[in-house]
Amino acid sequence: MTGSRGHSLEVRLGGLLRTGVLLAALFVIAGGSVYLVRHGGEQPSYGHFEGEPAAYRTVAGILQGVVNLSGRAIIQFGLLVLIATPIARVATAGFGFARRRDWTYVVICSVVLALLLYGLVSGK
Amino acid sequence: MHPSTILVLTLLVGSGSFLAGLLGSMTGLGGGVVLIPMLTLLFGVDIHYAIGASLVSVIATSSGAAAAYVREGFTNIRVGMFLEIATSLGAIGGALLAASVNTRWIGLIFGVVLLHSAYMSLRPPPRDVDGANGPSRLAKALSLDGEYPYEGGMRQYQVQSVGAGFALMGLAGVLSGLLGIGSGAFKVLAMDRVMKLPFKVSTTTSNFMIGVTAAASASVYLGRGYVDPGLSMPVMLGVLAGSLLGAKILAHAPARKLRMLFAAVIGFLAIQMIYNSLRGTL
Repeated sequence: MTGSRGHSLEVRLGGLLRTGVLLAALFVIAGGSVYLVRHGGEQPSYGHFEGEPAAYRTVAGILQGVVNLSGRAIIQFGLLVLIATPIARVATAGFGFARRRDWTYVVICSVVLALLLYGLVSGK
Repeated sequence: MHPSTILVLTLLVGSGSFLAGLLGSMTGLGGGVVLIPMLTLLFGVDIHYAIGASLVSVIATSSGAAAAYVREGFTNIRVGMFLEIATSLGAIGGALLAASVNTRWIGLIFGVVLLHSAYMSLRPPPRDVDGANGPSRLAKALSLDGEYPYEGGMRQYQVQSVGAGFALMGLAGVLSGLLGIGSGAFKVLAMDRVMKLPFKVSTTTSNFMIGVTAAASASVYLGRGYVDPGLSMPVMLGVLAGSLLGAKILAHAPARKLRMLFAAVIGFLAIQMIYNSLRGTL
């Protein structure tokens, strides 16, 4: 698939990756600005591991925080977009293979997609 | 170093991450290997938070770079997709393992992997060899063989030892999930030395896979509360900016000297990580 035959898919995958990273960075910058304005003067505490509260580690919690304009939740949302970018890339590749009736690779993409989605829900 | 306010810490971590991203992209080894020692040794950040922040930055840099590479036609998407089964499985396993493994062990394994990276970065890239062993049956069944741009035309190559490469990729995934690095060095090793892919195809396909591998373990880390927004913000933005700049100035840099410098830096960090892990002060 490195020949001209697969070129359009490669261009599409490249564009998808670029857009995802850019979007994620914008959310992280926006959320980071809110966070620093509100909490920039406080004392940091990353020396001991306590684990993040549910508001910053579940999709539902993060979305709730974004609605409430929490800076940290907006950062986490950007990071979710970032994690979703390679996942969307696998799904797009899967559709590309399906269009070419390359069923072996449709199955391979589906297995990878299932593993990634398992990772996303395994924490709860 | 223990900055007094979140703002100061953010600026310092952001600048350090920028440098890590710059070095990582100019040497092709990725920012994670410098980032985690910096956060733990210099800023006293707990290694779990450091790994979470590093994984996120790994996704950002590899996706950014892969976007450019796939267009050039070196990346073998079939090989990448097939091997991603192994790296994702390994990455999720490594991430789940990280929760139950003692911090000292993680630091120790990290130090050893760093030493290996330092050693590998000093070796010259191997010359491409034509597939002499004949085609592999599995490679044929999965139509993994490909071609890549070479001296104006396209050059064919055959993929060897698919099973062994798959197993090594699983190990690369475990290391990525356990240590929060892209483990690009291991991926290139598997594709270049074992599967006999051309060097440029190996490095670009490795980069293509790193994002998916890191996403698999990053989602586990996020769900378990290891990804702190306040810390990940300067790390992700710093590494991303540094690696974008690194990719731009790469063409004009003395690659050999740079790799020597990088090997010295990570060799030093490796010894620090191992020493602190053994003393139990990590």
